[in-house]
This record gives sequence, C-alpha cells and structure tokens, in this order.
Amino acid sequence: MGVYTFGKKDENNAFITILKEASFGEGKLAGIPVAIKDNISTKGIETTCGSQILKGYIPQYDAHVIELLKNEGAAIVGKTNMDEFGMGTTTENSSFGPTTNPCDKTRVPGGSSGGSAAAVASGMVPMALGSDTGGSIRCPAAFCGIVGLKPTYGRVSRYGLIAYSNSLEQIGPMAKNVSDVSKLMEVISQPDSQDSTSYSRPYSHTPEDNIKGKKIGVPKEYFGEGVDANVASVVKDALSKLESLGAEIVDCSIPSMRYALAAYYVTCTSEASSNLSRFDGVRFGPTVEKKRQWHDEYRDYRSKYFGEEVKRRILLGTFALSAGYYGKYYAKAQVAMSNVRKDFLRVLKDVDVIAGPTMPNIAYKLAEKSDPLEMYLSDILTVPANLAGVPAISVPCGKVDNMPVGLQIIGKHFDDETVIDTAFAYEQEVA
Amino acid sequence: MVSENEVEGIARLADITIEKDKIAGFTDQFNNILEYFDILDTVDSEEIEEGDLYNVLREDEIIPSLPQEEALSTPGETEEGYIKAPKVM
Repeated sequence: MGVYTFGKKDENNAFITILKEASFGEGKLAGIPVAIKDNISTKGIETTCGSQILKGYIPQYDAHVIELLKNEGAAIVGKTNMDEFGMGTTTENSSFGPTTNPCDKTRVPGGSSGGSAAAVASGMVPMALGSDTGGSIRCPAAFCGIVGLKPTYGRVSRYGLIAYSNSLEQIGPMAKNVSDVSKLMEVISQPDSQDSTSYSRPYSHTPEDNIKGKKIGVPKEYFGEGVDANVASVVKDALSKLESLGAEIVDCSIPSMRYALAAYYVTCTSEASSNLSRFDGVRFGPTVEKKRQWHDEYRDYRSKYFGEEVKRRILLGTFALSAGYYGKYYAKAQVAMSNVRKDFLRVLKDVDVIAGPTMPNIAYKLAEKSDPLEMYLSDILTVPANLAGVPAISVPCGKVDNMPVGLQIIGKHFDDETVIDTAFAYEQEVA
Repeated sequence: MVSENEVEGIARLADITIEKDKIAGFTDQFNNILEYFDILDTVDSEEIEEGDLYNVLREDEIIPSLPQEEALSTPGETEEGYIKAPKVM
C-alpha cells in the first residue's frame, strides 16, 4: 500500500480531473499510475463524459475494470478528456476544451479517447484506459504515436462504462508499447456477472514476436479512395517488414466496407438516442428546475447542457428509429452490420489477421474538420472492426510530415493474442 | 430531404430544443448526412440469419446493492426517500 504523488504538468489539456495523490495497493500494477477516460465510472471521482450535463456527478460505484485495476494495485491518477459522450474523432467536442496532440500542439490528438492518448504520449502516465465505439482508441493511438487495443466485443466488461452505443463499444488499454497494452489487457479482461455481454475468456498472454508462417490479409478497400498516398506508402512499408519476418501477405476484399460507415452511424446514433434519454437533470449532474412542466423543462435543460454533436446524433437516432423510417435506416443498418461480420469471418477463415492503415490521414490541424459528415468519413477504416465485434490494434509504424502513422491489425473473435503478437513482432523489428 | 419544420418536430420528440437561429444550418447538415445514409439502399435485403443467438440470463438472486442513502446522494433533490422530479401532468 502507498500513495502516488502525481505532479506532472498537463500541457495538452489531457485531463479533466487530476488526483494529485492516488493510493495504490499490491499486485501486477502496484504503484503504476493509470489514467482513465472520463466515461468510465470511478467511485468518489467526478465522471463527466466530457459533458456539462454530468458536471459534478460523483459515482457511488466503480466500473468493473476499475475494481480490477485497484485489485492489482494500480494508482488511479485522473480522468481524461474526451469528445462529449465519445462522439467525435478529434477530442475537440469536449465541453472542457480540446486536447492537443503532444507531437504537435497545433493538431488534434484524435478522438474520442484523445485525453488518454495524449496523457500516455506526453509521458504523464505509462498506461491509460480508453473506450472504442468506432475507433476511439485506435484513432488517437495512431495520431499520437502510441499503441491502443480495441478488444473482442465481450472480452472486457462494460459495467460502469457510461453507455453511448452498447452493441459497439468496448473498454480497452492504451500504452506506449505493446507489452504494456498486453499487461493492462490481462488485468481488465476478467468475466463479470454484472454485464450479460461479458464472456468468460480471460486474457493471459506474454507477447511473442515470432510470426513466421502467419497469413496477413490486406483488403484493397483499406487503401482505397480517401486514404492519403503518403500514409498508404508508410503502411505498405510496414507490411513489407512483416513479410520479411516470415509472414505471408494475402490480397483480399471486404466489399461491405462501402456501406459500413453508414451502418455504423445509423446504429450508434439510434442507440445514443435511447441511452442519453436518462440525462434529465433529475438523477445526475446539474439540477433541473422543478416548477415547470416536465417536457418544457427537460427540453431546455438538455439543450443547454448537451453540445452540438450530441444533439445532432440524438436527433439522427430519433429520426432513424421513427415510424416510417425504421425500415429505411435502422433495419437496413442491421443487415449491413451482419454483412460486414460475414465478410470478416470469410476473410479470417483464410488468414490469421487483417492489416492496413488505422486512419486515412495524419492528425488534423485543430478546427480543420468543421463539417460533421466530413468528420464521420474519417472513421471509415476503424468502424468495420466494431461492426464485426473483432479485436483490432493500432501500433505506430512510421511518420508522414513528422506526424505518427498507425498500422491497424485486426483479428478473429477472441484471438486478441495473435493481434498482440503481430503488433509486437512489428514493434520489435523496428525498435 | 427533411424540412426545418420536420427537424423541429424530431427535436420535440427527442426532448431537445434547437435555437431558432440554428435550425437552418442544422437542417442542411442533417440532410447531408441522411443523403449519405441512402447508400444503405444498396444493401442486399436478405434477412439476417438468426444463427446461434440466445439470451444470456442468470438466476434471480438477491445480492448486496447500494444503500438507499448512497443511491440518493447524486440526485439534486430528494424527498422522503424518493428522487424529486418536475411534474409530468
């Protein structure tokens, strides 16, 4: 048992809440400072989801992953900045101000776990937890030059993760190297009876760098329209390195990629419209005025405390689920999602992992992406793994204009180990 | 295409107020996104195979829960052990 004193300066607005003194215990993570994305409930520590609507909310319980971290002696040193309720690709949508990228302060860190990525990349903490609904761990990992894993859906309990889109999101580890990501994954991947989607498939694995004979599928869609030529070139070089280690590169195709992004946004906004209805000023955050009628007060309250992107997604979801449009949007999105899953299962029958770029570009300049649709399109390479529920990691693989580029490696359901090993093999080769 | 009136209607359904001066811009962005969603019309309309989906249910059992006073510590206003809310009717 001890107390960790956290005195590092936050130059990137990576944190919403910093605990200057954090107690820790004994175990695999004894005394290691770990930062937690602010949508993961922490008993006694303010948890805001980057939103004014939860400002002042102090949970009475720990998320399952927090209990596990504490059981292994970690020091929880603070809550990291994020796009409000996880809705964004840049961490500019936080109501606590944007986080900046430690590699270049004029650029975004990626989102929505941008605070966690910046906290790790700047050296404030060696490890952090993020959450990934459509790429929210892998995107900031790629933009900030660190490693981030979205585990197989169900392998990490979501109990205590403040829900945005239940069927897609996963809590996952972020760190500077693959070994630390693996170590953190081992701690947080214990089954949980409080989450009915949690599987009993604990991860207990030491990364291995031998990938001789492994087949790596490279879908042509991952190098299609919209992917920056320089980014594509860096990632192809990384694939060549994997080939030089004895892996076999296999060309393949995921045709459902063309509608995956639309399926993702219809699904996540529909789930958000339901999940975010609980924020009504009665149970959490700032208090609603009780004198007026419910709907009058409720509308004005939510309008005042929700940011623009959250309102947009709630409205899109409400529309997609409304009578007359359900069949056109939501039902088709579910068929599309099933097709994406089938495509991944088909390709992953013949190969061990799939690889390509994590993001189509390097980190954007702050305020560079102001059009919502343009922002949504940048998630094209990360959302398919969430739709399919498969594990995916982003590992740094080079630079373009002195900014990091991420290599994304996607695996079979519950084969997070091979995804980790492939990333580890690459990391060791270039170290 | 949805009109500004329809966007206001959806906002009422979602219990969100969109300020008058923002309705036009919001509607334009909304329509751009919906136009992109039209790509879902190209999805094969075959039914989703049910596969081996099943409900995950556990036995009902009484387990310790948050004490009432702790559960009532986050709402802004409480009365006689209940959370106080605006009137509905």
